[in-house]
Amino acid sequence: MSQYLILIYADEAQWASATPEEVAQLTKEHMDFGQRHATVIRGGSALQPSGTATSVRPDPAGGATVTDGPFAETKEALGGYYLVEAADLDQALAVAKEVPARFGGVEVRPVWEVM
Amino acid sequence: MEEKEPPRGPGTARDRGTAPGAARDRGTAPGAAAAAAAVADAHRREWAFVLAATVRVTRDIDLAEECVQDAYARALDTWGAAGIPASPGAWLTTVARRRALDLLRRDATAQRVLPLLVTDHALAAGQEQASHDRAGAAGPDDAGIADDRLRLVFTCCHPALGTEAQVALSLRLLCGLSTAEVARAFLVSEPTMAARITRAKKKIAAARIPYRVPPRAELPGRLDAVLTVLHLLYSTGYAAPTGDVLMREDLAERSLDLTRMLRDLLPGRGEITGLLALILLTDARRSARVDAAGRLILLADQDRLRWDAAKISEGAALVREALAQPPPGRFTLMAAIAAVHDGAPSFADTDWPQIVGLYDLLMRRWPSPVVALNRAVAIGFATGPAAGLAALDALGASPELAGYGYLAAARADFLRRLGRTGEARLAYEEALLLTGNAVEREFLATRLEELGA
Repeated sequence: MSQYLILIYADEAQWASATPEEVAQLTKEHMDFGQRHATVIRGGSALQPSGTATSVRPDPAGGATVTDGPFAETKEALGGYYLVEAADLDQALAVAKEVPARFGGVEVRPVWEVM
Repeated sequence: MEEKEPPRGPGTARDRGTAPGAARDRGTAPGAAAAAAAVADAHRREWAFVLAATVRVTRDIDLAEECVQDAYARALDTWGAAGIPASPGAWLTTVARRRALDLLRRDATAQRVLPLLVTDHALAAGQEQASHDRAGAAGPDDAGIADDRLRLVFTCCHPALGTEAQVALSLRLLCGLSTAEVARAFLVSEPTMAARITRAKKKIAAARIPYRVPPRAELPGRLDAVLTVLHLLYSTGYAAPTGDVLMREDLAERSLDLTRMLRDLLPGRGEITGLLALILLTDARRSARVDAAGRLILLADQDRLRWDAAKISEGAALVREALAQPPPGRFTLMAAIAAVHDGAPSFADTDWPQIVGLYDLLMRRWPSPVVALNRAVAIGFATGPAAGLAALDALGASPELAGYGYLAAARADFLRRLGRTGEARLAYEEALLLTGNAVEREFLATRLEELGA
């Protein structure tokens, strides 16, 4: 079995303007998803909006530069993730297709396995 | 990871010049020339079979390619003295697999850069896969479709790969085409294509795209890319991008075999039927396409009595079957165009307006620079060379066609018909610069000579 990280990207503006009912509905969808795929989910969380992000980059002097904001500014920002276990990409994609992501979509990345 | 080239079959002008001399010097049975010809033949016919069978052992495409290369190199070294095996494909597969096992044993402790391919066998233990297969009705691995080459096609055509990468990879791995040949088929530069192929291979391994024929339930969604691969495989065989012979009949045969196999697997799907019809109706003209000296004969000048009546009748019946399942897809429309040509008693009596109408439908269904080019040429025959030239010149700005020899050749022909000799000469010269196929080059050179100095 291999692991895949499912990155959820969403339009934060849409998310910010969602009604409490929509937020509740989406939360329920994630709970349902989590139960349905409990045997393969190895971890996962929602993230605070990208406005809370802080980026750290090495600087030429050997130190680090700390800046306010996400690593890359995009319309659809990383908003959460699941770590899942799957035999191959087809199985991982089958799970990814069921991730609730009404304000965006997901990206599936194989975890680099140390052999 | 470096992009490795498959060994080139010794069918080039250079090799043809040296091989007979080599045979005379060595005088071994069956002779170096015969052995070289047999290796070239096996390269064209057996590459996909040998590679696909070796991938099953290595579960690593690059390693399999390397081992298959070695096997062909050994064939070149040994067949001259030891004799050509009765079954070259089996010989090559045995040698390639043995080499693979040696390398795998030796490197068993070495750290792997990329994970092994996921195969049916590797998945057999998994319960998820068992339910996966049950969902696939009759199951993906009926004897009829468990062809390793088809497994390779479906892996290469996985939706997680870009369409261009899918087709490029399949042409490279199934046909053993060099990166340069694949680049030419796609009208992109060789470094661009090398990067595309390397990236696709890495993704198959790292993301664990499985090496198997998908279950039936998933097949329809995977079909279009596979049909594109088979069509390009046929096109590449019909007019080989480079080399001394116009057609590589094995590629045409292989695409025909694989398309028939796919149709057996998924009966009643219009686009597979349409593609099969297209291949048959185009291939029916194969023997009329070159003269005894191997020179290109245009559709206008072909002896229609030499067309293969059996293929035309099978193809025409398939077009009718495909058209009965609307809306027609691109292969069905292309097949319908081919059927109009094949049904015409002569070039002059071709129903050009109907062909232009079918190209109009095709442009809506599948707009592409090459379709637009063919449509412009059809307009030239339906309405006259001036209209054809105007339609062609409207395409001149298309960047995809900038390096495309057929555009220059088509312009040259219309200019010649219009009596604009100076411009026609320039266009033929441009077409010659852009054309790698020796037979097509000779045709263009002859036309250029006919224009006079």
